[in-house]
Amino acid sequence: MDSHCTEVAELLYSYMDGELTEERRVLIATHLDACPPCLDAFDFEAELRVVISERCRERVPDHLRQRVADALAQLQTQT
Amino acid sequence: MEYMPSLYTAALRMTRNPSDAEDLVQETYLKAYRAFGTFREGTNIKAWLYRILTNTYINSYRAKKRRPEETDIDDVENLYLYRRLGGLEGAASGRSAEDEVLDHFTETDVKEAIEALPEQFRMAVLLGDVEGFSYKEIAEILDVPIGTVMSRLHRGRRALQKRLYDFGRQRGLVSEVSDREGTAHG
Repeated sequence: MDSHCTEVAELLYSYMDGELTEERRVLIATHLDACPPCLDAFDFEAELRVVISERCRERVPDHLRQRVADALAQLQTQT
Repeated sequence: MEYMPSLYTAALRMTRNPSDAEDLVQETYLKAYRAFGTFREGTNIKAWLYRILTNTYINSYRAKKRRPEETDIDDVENLYLYRRLGGLEGAASGRSAEDEVLDHFTETDVKEAIEALPEQFRMAVLLGDVEGFSYKEIAEILDVPIGTVMSRLHRGRRALQKRLYDFGRQRGLVSEVSDREGTAHG
């Protein structure tokens, strides 16, 4: 754990979001290549993000599709 | 209507109620239809629909809710969940033990954890991590500065990790962090 590890922990989200300046992005990427504990943390955060995104999806109820289609059709006949 | 599953997912997490979520989605489509003249070619249509959805939610449905909305959360440190799982014994399978704990979180856990976030953090996490919008797009959808988006998104993520950790503890997937504090490892 060096000072770069602390910086990586602070900037990891912005790095994963692709929202860092090029200079900082390279700094983090270089550190991750050289520091297995930080890379492990990065992998975990990346996997967690996939879990969150995949496990909160909803299936649209058929009646809702129908309802919206009907409402839009009605709007079209009015205009 | 290709974006309906995304819009319905967001609507349900916002309203926390299927009936309100359905009304919100329908209203969004009707408003989008009427406002299509204001849609500019080259704009991201998904972001445009989300802007209508969130504005409609804020203006109509939020007023109906029974409990007052919290506006702040206790912030926790970066890598909250990972650091608390860090003492787990390595699994034999090659994947890290921390990653394997994630398999145990159910859809219900994730949905509850997101819905437990105060609204402004919940919206940021939904738009950023569930829908994959950029900071700039989220800023436009929510009509707030990019710095505010970043702060809400990062804090929301950390709060979500804390909630998941609490679920994990209740279920015995992870032990109290104090159990292993002072235990040298590495």
